[in-house]
Amino acid sequence: MNDRSERIRNILVPIISVVLGFILGAILMAIFGFNPIDGYNAMFSSAFQSTMSIGEILVIAGPLIFTALGFSVANSAGFFNIGLSGQALCGWVASIWVALSMPDAPKIVVLPLAIIAGGLAGAGAAAIPGVLRAFFGTSEVIVTIMMNYVILYFSNHIVNHVMSPDVIANKGVTKAVGLNASLREPWLTNLFGGSRVNIGIILALVFLVFVWFLMKRTTLGFEIRSVGLNPFASEYAGMSSKRTIIISMIISGMLAGLGGVVYGLGTFMNYFVQGSSISIGFDGMAVSLLGNGSSIGILLSALLFSVLKLGGQGMQFSGIPSELANSVIPLIIFFVAINYIVRVGLAKVMGGKKEIEKVQEVETAPNEESEKGGKV
Amino acid sequence: MAEEQNVIEMRNITKQFGTFKANDNINLQIRKGEIHALLGENGAGKSTLMNVLSGLLQPTSGEILMDGQKVDISSPTRANQLGIGMVHQHFMLVDAFTVTENIILGSEPSKKGMLDKKKAKAEIVRLSEEYGLKVDPDAYIRDISVGMQQRVEILKTLYRGANVLIFDEPTAVLTPQEIDELITIMGGLIKEGKSIILITHKLDEIKKVADRCSVIRRGQYIGTVDVKDVSSQQLADMMVGRSVSFKTDKVPAVPGEVVLSINDLVVKESRGLEAVKHLSLDVHRGEVVGIAGIDGNGQTELIQALTGLRKVESGKVTLNGKDITGKAPRHITEAGVGHVPEDRHKYGLILPLPLSENIALQSYYHAPFSKSGILNYGEIDRYAKRLIEEYDVRTTSEKAPAASLSGGNQQKAIIAREVDRDPDLLIVSQPTRGLDVGAIEYIHKRLVEQRDKQKGVLLVSFELDEILNVSDRIAVIHAGEIVGIVDPKATSENELGLLMAGYSLEEARAELAKAGETNE
Repeated sequence: MNDRSERIRNILVPIISVVLGFILGAILMAIFGFNPIDGYNAMFSSAFQSTMSIGEILVIAGPLIFTALGFSVANSAGFFNIGLSGQALCGWVASIWVALSMPDAPKIVVLPLAIIAGGLAGAGAAAIPGVLRAFFGTSEVIVTIMMNYVILYFSNHIVNHVMSPDVIANKGVTKAVGLNASLREPWLTNLFGGSRVNIGIILALVFLVFVWFLMKRTTLGFEIRSVGLNPFASEYAGMSSKRTIIISMIISGMLAGLGGVVYGLGTFMNYFVQGSSISIGFDGMAVSLLGNGSSIGILLSALLFSVLKLGGQGMQFSGIPSELANSVIPLIIFFVAINYIVRVGLAKVMGGKKEIEKVQEVETAPNEESEKGGKV
Repeated sequence: MAEEQNVIEMRNITKQFGTFKANDNINLQIRKGEIHALLGENGAGKSTLMNVLSGLLQPTSGEILMDGQKVDISSPTRANQLGIGMVHQHFMLVDAFTVTENIILGSEPSKKGMLDKKKAKAEIVRLSEEYGLKVDPDAYIRDISVGMQQRVEILKTLYRGANVLIFDEPTAVLTPQEIDELITIMGGLIKEGKSIILITHKLDEIKKVADRCSVIRRGQYIGTVDVKDVSSQQLADMMVGRSVSFKTDKVPAVPGEVVLSINDLVVKESRGLEAVKHLSLDVHRGEVVGIAGIDGNGQTELIQALTGLRKVESGKVTLNGKDITGKAPRHITEAGVGHVPEDRHKYGLILPLPLSENIALQSYYHAPFSKSGILNYGEIDRYAKRLIEEYDVRTTSEKAPAASLSGGNQQKAIIAREVDRDPDLLIVSQPTRGLDVGAIEYIHKRLVEQRDKQKGVLLVSFELDEILNVSDRIAVIHAGEIVGIVDPKATSENELGLLMAGYSLEEARAELAKAGETNE
């Protein structure tokens, strides 16, 4: 009984968070003298105006799904990976670099190599904080944040000073990769009215299933989940939490790196010097949190994000400044982050359920002495 | 005695949570100056009832009378004003504060806005003398013994003017000697006209101190009896609702060859001090070796070192003659060790995961539960169902999260997991902590069963009853050393108590002989 209401709540909480975000966004628009109905109307009508705009939604969603999956894998192991942005950047640069160095090789060789290079680059970048945390107990939060900067400037340095001048188009901008390394397919482009849509979205769907299988159906996934939920019991059961954390970080970084690959070989086809950490890293975290870490949740929230992003641009055409349009997304994330309050509110509305939890706490209290029993 | 007056009367108390009735029409009458035991299994509704009395919960229906007057206990503060005080099982004390500071916390006496510590201290000294509660008002909580901390808790309630004291499982953390002191203190409180409600599931304590006993089972009031008119057995049967046996039936042990040999083992605790000091001990096949001792004398560190969860500093551990010193937990598990950990929530289970995955926790990585790294949930669920059936784990389904089970059933699930792997050595730590009589009986039976199957069992417990009841040999641990090995049939609680306090076997026996003479 409790199980069921808990499941309903898990679905309702993100939906209510999204609705509350929209409402607060509307209030914000109203305060600054814009008509929120016009604003949202512009948002949705521009996002769904044509097959091309729908294609663009998928373009935005592809990399986000990858970074969100990356976040959820690390998060399951109890590792807060804020370095997705840097890891994705590694994947982006590596894949472009590989693609540009082999302009004449056949697609069947170049494309897989570029994808693998991007995944490995992301995995390598994520392994560093993983190893540091596992063996030296360093805070992954600080390490990954700082590594985002290191990778950002290092990537720019590579483009500006290391890459061969042959592959550079302008200062700080590489040439576009050839058709032999592109994720775009003519039939897809045609299907979506000439949009940039590419097989990145298909890869993303494949990896959604893959990660679900990995986490729910393999011993490794079981170990990752166990270590994240209770490292002590996992150690007791003979799992190595060090090994598990490092592996989960490598997988997480690989997924983020693949997000960068899709961004590079699909969305932009080249690399250009970035002024700040790329947004797909941080948006991926939000997508994963909004989707509660589950595959279907990530898919839906990535699509929602993409609609908001694209529609946000559309709102500008109806006269609403982009700053205001773009604040709606963080507002929604804000409500997801404070989902505890939404949860409590919901529990009150659904009536009495909270009380049941309370009695269970009260009645099991004598058992809790065991909590302080063992010391590490 | 003339018609005794009820200081507290709870009438038809019902407390409902959603559709679940935690208390169903419960009646409880506490007479002035009595020790009234409240007996019930875990989850029977004792805590809910006492939370109603101490103002933490409001009853759905029913009324509470104090000295014949109807009262409305709307909050813990109101309960305090009415003179109801609770001595918690988990002391609510601030380690870095002194005894005095802890006692006055929340009702500090002040003079012109400044804390009047002098007055507070004088009051505490007066109270502690009046009730025979020896405490040092200036000592820091972190420096005093558990027994003394409990006296501070009692003083806290008296300081706030409590007339009715609720003791929640007060002896769980005490040594036998400290329990005796507590019993004396309770006697003193009664003499001064206080009334005591004693929440417990230890029957011998009820027999020792309580005047009357009320029994609650599954939220229902079963009855109130005069303790002197009933036996422990009758009380247990009332509590559980069926006939229980205390003495685990067992045939004499037939010890075989050595299965576990600990040699000169040294283990450090987290702060780097030696917790286990050159300890040696053998466990044979076909015997239960009980390690008796007060909490914090190196038991936890010893067990963690044996099972690979803690580093071994020096010494040697062998299992069936094979060296397992300092090996990884999985290596030790596979060598033939089952481990029921002391802390079932921290080490024994991953509470949010389904029961089935918890049952497979030690074997998920090999066939038939997984193949080439891919889990076979069909097999895992089938196995879980079989163990749930076989070990009588009460749960709604094998897919329910482990957290949803009661403590006793969680423990049964762990025992099932560890015993079913058929290990040569079963290391069991505090297997019945917080469990009720029915579950304890069951778990003891299972331990003896393992012994009878010619497996070795190493049992660590702070409960002397359990040690005496189940063990074939008792090793007493004090300050990280085995101070004596005794035969459970030839020893007594007093002797064990002295050993646990650090006496050597000779000293303890001399002490007991002396005591015996003076008694005569």
